[in-house]
Amino acid sequence: MKQARIATAWLGGCSGCHMSFLDMDEWLFELAEIADVVYSPIADIKDFPTDVDATLVEGAVANEDNLELALDIRAKSRLVLSFGDCAVSGNVTAMRNPLGDPQQILERVYVEAPDRDGRIPEAPGIVPPLLPKVLALHKVIRVDAFIPGCPPPADRIQAALEALLEGSLPPNRGEAIRWG
Amino acid sequence: MRETRPTVHVSFDGVEHEAFVGESVLECARRCGVTIPSLCFLEGLTVWGGCRICVVEVAEDHRLRPACATQVAADMEIKTETPRLRAYRKSILELLFAEGNHVCAVCVSNGNCELQDMAVFCGMDHVRYDSQAPPREVDSSHPKYVFDQNRCILCTRCVRVCDEIEGAHVWDISHRGEHAEVITELNRPWGESLSCTWCGKCVAVCPTGALSYQGRAIGEMEHDPAMIKRLAVARNRGEWLDPGVMT
Repeated sequence: MKQARIATAWLGGCSGCHMSFLDMDEWLFELAEIADVVYSPIADIKDFPTDVDATLVEGAVANEDNLELALDIRAKSRLVLSFGDCAVSGNVTAMRNPLGDPQQILERVYVEAPDRDGRIPEAPGIVPPLLPKVLALHKVIRVDAFIPGCPPPADRIQAALEALLEGSLPPNRGEAIRWG
Repeated sequence: MRETRPTVHVSFDGVEHEAFVGESVLECARRCGVTIPSLCFLEGLTVWGGCRICVVEVAEDHRLRPACATQVAADMEIKTETPRLRAYRKSILELLFAEGNHVCAVCVSNGNCELQDMAVFCGMDHVRYDSQAPPREVDSSHPKYVFDQNRCILCTRCVRVCDEIEGAHVWDISHRGEHAEVITELNRPWGESLSCTWCGKCVAVCPTGALSYQGRAIGEMEHDPAMIKRLAVARNRGEWLDPGVMT
């Protein structure tokens, strides 16, 4: 039987969802038996591969790199899942939205804050420009299912993956969808 | 004590129940053990009917009715759980989340929040509407309490409890529509309020993290809305007029 091809990706988030992913502990060995993890921030793979069965996306869409990767993921994945509250709702990453223009926020953080050298970091091609607003993943690409939580607890991630490997979508009722 | 009030027959989702004339559909349902979700309603306070989470369907009427503000009538056939009601309740939840800044992960009420619980109950796993991300203030000028506008859903429980139970009327709603906000002391900082008695009833009844005690960190705030029912019941019975009645 062909191994399922699973990917995880990290957009604008703290990587806490991936920490929680690692909290699945020994079940990760079982996962490795039945699926290939073909792309992930915890694996050294540079480009997002083609023909992925399901991709778990952590983080909100906050900058141009996030947007580019999200579009690439959608084009190459049969199923895309919002993995954690930042992907689901913007969450902490989107807390800059009420403050308005990103340029003002950068000035506040890098120029006005006393412990900085007074310059906004600028490195075209390396430091990606911020988008005007931080967006939830489903505002940018079609999303097939949602795994909320900050972070989603390990058993919630496991239940989602088990459902995916059986060919169904993750549970979307009861405590499985609690934010926070 | 036996109830001697006149009754009528109603049905909830096809099951017959006896209702007291004059009670609301929501009161009747709660008494009969029928679940109708609600947010702005709080036993002991006047009915506001603002959140519309408690909407029900009545017989062939196409209009949805707020159960909290609809009186029972003879032979009323009430539906509390239909695909249409589920869809509307979920939409309402999504609109509430889209309107404010409800960041559960960093909220004092995370894990103890009626809004969060209601989202779970109504099956809200994401919000389809665009987040409004309004710029909102936090008023921490009060020595004991904090008011965080970001989490406010305008349920008006604080307004009602302060006016109706405490009798201080510190709270009001100002502006309209998306600009509506809860204010203290005719829009002066809470800490400068001369009418606030520091009783904390507003904090006790808040369904979200909008009102909390000073110094609470993420997930540390627990409210006590049931306190108001105890007070209202005691007041109706005049319990504090005769210390012998208190046990």
